[in-house]
Amino acid sequence: MSNILNPGVAAPDFTLHVTPDQKLSLSELRGRPVIVAFYPADWSPVCGDQMALYNEVRSEFQRHGAELLGISVDGVWSHAAFAKDRRLHFPLLADFEPKGAVARSFGAYRSDDGFCERALFVIDKNGVIFWSYCSPVGVNPGADGILQALEELPK
Amino acid sequence: MASLKTPVTSRDHVQGDASALITLVEYGDYECPHCGHAYPIVKRVQKHFGEKLRFVFRNFPLNEIHPNAESAAEAAEFAGVSDRFWEMHDGIFENQEQIGLPLLFELATQLGLSKADLRDALTNKEYTPRVREDFLGGVRSGVNGTPTFFINGHRHEGPFEFEDLAEAIEIRLADAE
Repeated sequence: MSNILNPGVAAPDFTLHVTPDQKLSLSELRGRPVIVAFYPADWSPVCGDQMALYNEVRSEFQRHGAELLGISVDGVWSHAAFAKDRRLHFPLLADFEPKGAVARSFGAYRSDDGFCERALFVIDKNGVIFWSYCSPVGVNPGADGILQALEELPK
Repeated sequence: MASLKTPVTSRDHVQGDASALITLVEYGDYECPHCGHAYPIVKRVQKHFGEKLRFVFRNFPLNEIHPNAESAAEAAEFAGVSDRFWEMHDGIFENQEQIGLPLLFELATQLGLSKADLRDALTNKEYTPRVREDFLGGVRSGVNGTPTFFINGHRHEGPFEFEDLAEAIEIRLADAE
């Protein structure tokens, strides 16, 4: 498993496509907590799917004022189709070109496989990593760790 | 390993005795095909372990991918108020391929419950908070999909065929006896 960035480290800024004609930068979200969920690929099986779960827990994340971003190496068109199919209501970012560069900067890229780790980061309102967790790639880490981190964030 | 954070209380729907050595908790979604698959397996597990086991069902609807899951969960809660939770629960899983409002109304009628009351309860979202409470308790316990089982508070990992569940329960039983 990769050595992902630890708490206390400033989150590397990034700018990625969120739709074919729209980009989003991490720095734009400064001032509120951000949850960054790297995941291996769109289209994993439905009922145990991590993104489907986060979709349902979204209102809890919002209660803490937190933004949720999903990131994988899939391209924008795959993300768009996946989000539509699963009715996802949060942005999926395409770490597509150069492939996996953002995941690498967070230490969350699996070079041998060519896709992201299942790695979670809670970034505080100042852009510093407050909590991070890397799950075995086949295991959906759930949302309990994220919720606990959001509760422990200094206001 | 994940453990159950929300203890079983009188608010839960329980089959079996509080003194049972094993408590099996399922977080499930009425529209999830894997939960439909698990339904007869749980029945078999209950029969196999008899009085040694009590079974608890909690709601974990993934509404965006299963548009009928929430109304089904709320209909079961509605029936629960009249002490008919398990009849509704069984009726939904046994007819899972027909899940939808017509099925829920038909099951309510069969149980002697008022279709109009059910309609009102769903419209007024009377049981939405209760279902959400189940769901969030599940999230805090590390439920990441459905079905998720807890055996005496320990999350069951891996497959959930009869043999898998029975084996995991036997291990907890050996600890408890």
